[in-house]
Amino acid sequence: MTTSGSDVTVENVVRGVAAGHRGERGALLPVLHAVQAELGYVPQEAIPVLADEFNLSRADVHGVVTFYHDFRREPAGRTVVRICRAEACQALGAQELVDYARAAGLPLGQTTPDGAVTVEQVFCLGNCALGPALEVNGRLHGRVGPAELGALLEGAAAS
Amino acid sequence: MNAHPVKVYVPRDSAARSVGADAVADALQHTADQGGIGIELVRNGSRGMLWLEPLVEVVTPRGRVGYGPVTPADVPGLLAAGMLDGAAHPLRLGIVDELPWLARQTRVTFARIGVTDPLSTADYLEHGGLVGLRAALEREPADVVAEVTDSGLRGRGGAGFPAGIKWKTVLGCADELKFVCCNADEGDSGTFADRMVMEGDPFMLIEGMTIAAHAVGATEGYLYIRSEYPEAVATMRAAIGIAREQGWLGKAVLGSALDFDLHVRVGAGAYICGEETSMLESLEGKRGTVRPKPPIPAIEGLFGRPTVVNNVLTLATVPVVLAAGAAAYQALGVERSRGTQVFQLGGNIAHGGIVETAFGVTLRELVEDYGGGTYSGRPVRTVQVGGPLGAYLPTSMFDLPMDYEAFAAAGAMVGHGGLVVFDDRVDMAAQARFAMEFCAEESCGKCTPCRVGSVRGVEVIDKIIAGEHRDENLALLDDLCDLMTEGSLCAMGGLTPLPVRSALTHFPDDFLGGRRSLEIQPVRATGSRAATTTEGRA
Ligand SMILES: Cc1cc2nc3c(=O)[nH]c(=O)nc-3n(C[C@H](O)[C@H](O)[C@H](O)COP(=O)(O)O)c2cc1C
Ligand code: SF4
Ligand code: FES
Repeated sequence: MTTSGSDVTVENVVRGVAAGHRGERGALLPVLHAVQAELGYVPQEAIPVLADEFNLSRADVHGVVTFYHDFRREPAGRTVVRICRAEACQALGAQELVDYARAAGLPLGQTTPDGAVTVEQVFCLGNCALGPALEVNGRLHGRVGPAELGALLEGAAAS
Repeated sequence: MNAHPVKVYVPRDSAARSVGADAVADALQHTADQGGIGIELVRNGSRGMLWLEPLVEVVTPRGRVGYGPVTPADVPGLLAAGMLDGAAHPLRLGIVDELPWLARQTRVTFARIGVTDPLSTADYLEHGGLVGLRAALEREPADVVAEVTDSGLRGRGGAGFPAGIKWKTVLGCADELKFVCCNADEGDSGTFADRMVMEGDPFMLIEGMTIAAHAVGATEGYLYIRSEYPEAVATMRAAIGIAREQGWLGKAVLGSALDFDLHVRVGAGAYICGEETSMLESLEGKRGTVRPKPPIPAIEGLFGRPTVVNNVLTLATVPVVLAAGAAAYQALGVERSRGTQVFQLGGNIAHGGIVETAFGVTLRELVEDYGGGTYSGRPVRTVQVGGPLGAYLPTSMFDLPMDYEAFAAAGAMVGHGGLVVFDDRVDMAAQARFAMEFCAEESCGKCTPCRVGSVRGVEVIDKIIAGEHRDENLALLDDLCDLMTEGSLCAMGGLTPLPVRSALTHFPDDFLGGRRSLEIQPVRATGSRAATTTEGRA
């Protein structure tokens, strides 16, 4: 998929982002967040550029990118649904939601072939008194039952 | 249009929004506009009565009258019934401050949360804001440290280390550059108080960090917020901007000799980054692996400099300690657990939310009295206290007082004050397995007992559940737990045996493979409503 055209874009984006954070102490994480916000993921081509910008080895940068669950190596679906699987939501049936999504053809960690939806797990969204909780494109939902999840997934697939 | 528009509060807290507060606010504004009724809509924090959210409050001469939980469809009826005059309606809860659930609490750290507009400086000042900081700036750093020490305030992030002693160490270092880092990673399941502080009273946290900076001689602060909390990130960033404009941060804070500025950093989805040294590594732009101690962060912390690392609740409590004095704070609590703890009731609980009360309250009072038992209406079977590394306690231990030492003596921990309730359908072997699985998933990988032990732990528990050489595998699991407890570098590997062992000790039958069929169905959103409104009425 990588063309020399997109290489230039990734490099430009990364250098632009890094320039915006110059002078900040230990800025690699904020820069990675910003790269992901711009491109939707952290492409492999970004790693040597980041290494150069931060005067680190490629292995160091790669190590940081892969350590954190948030940084994607591939683009996600247009809608990202993150189902909380931590204890408080387990106590209210989080597993049923995961099973429901799987039965709907959306196993955890996978994106639909048309690129519409990605379903992922997350451990605690801070909504533990109103579980089961999940997040759709950064927006929190509480007291979610299978019917509501179904509606959310259908809406996402249609978009 | 009325001459004086009626003030109406609808929370902007993300838990309230997760069950429709934005739609309720829109419906209120829209319906009022259409009827030519003037209202002044304020988006406050949440009172922490989360089962009543969205909780709408109307200012009346008698006080703030609450209605909840409100849906957009209820709004026209509420307005027609005279909600703006505090009139009767099936959703009317009464004067919010007088609701027994709230009135019984001792709200110290949470005194303003849900009451004020989080980003209004006028509200903040009117409700006691900056009194603590002004008092601190008039005093020598060592005096401020002494005040905090005398208050008995211990770290609320889990370990319960006295805040004043930590600060004293940093104050004693001669470095020119020192840092104050606020740990807002709040990764524990069942905890959300840090989030509510940041979304509901951000200036309080800024004030606490500024007092810490003055007390130890720091000039820069970092607030490390987990990425799962986008609203907290946005609110804190907005509040910091406002504080800078007001001269509450930056050069010469409030005209004093203190220069202090504050930056927000966002985590990236790693539970271990809540461990303080791992958080520092992450702030430095590295993998969040745990550093061996010593050196302690107070001496060699962020970028090798002396650093105060405190939890959100710890720092947020400092302003009131300075404003009210150490003695007033110290007067609350029991034994060596002084002041209040912000308990968070979550999981399968009827009345989930924030209960701030003095230490010494029992689990029974929290779960049964405040919590009203389970949300499903089934019997409580267990409560996990203190997050994913905390013990699962049976109801026979419900008279245990919430006290750091009493809990430790009972093989449990208070942690960050989160309680997660489970009903009788819970499979404790599955919960024990999950504890190991979580550790395997979130281990930083630095040491073998944790990295490898947790993976082995999952396998052994699977074998036990499957009935393979059960006795030998139980003995093996016991050994493994010993090894992880003794050999891990940090509490991730060191405490994972706590939930596992507590499940084995208190619920041994579940490991005989018999509970697999009990599935927990998500409770329907609509099912909650009738139950909670009648229960919640004052
Ligand atoms: C695995 C692990 C996770 C932790 N997570 C958090 C957390 O999310 N928030 C927090 O404040 N402290 C957390 N802690 C405790 C911190 O290491 C540290 O003790 C605390 O931030 C110090 O602040 P305090 O003294 O104000 O509690 C964690 C500790 C461990 C071992
Ligand atoms: S116990 Fe686990 S999380 Fe802690 S340092 Fe060791 S490997 Fe890392
Ligand atoms: S455990 Fe699911 S939101 Fe906290």
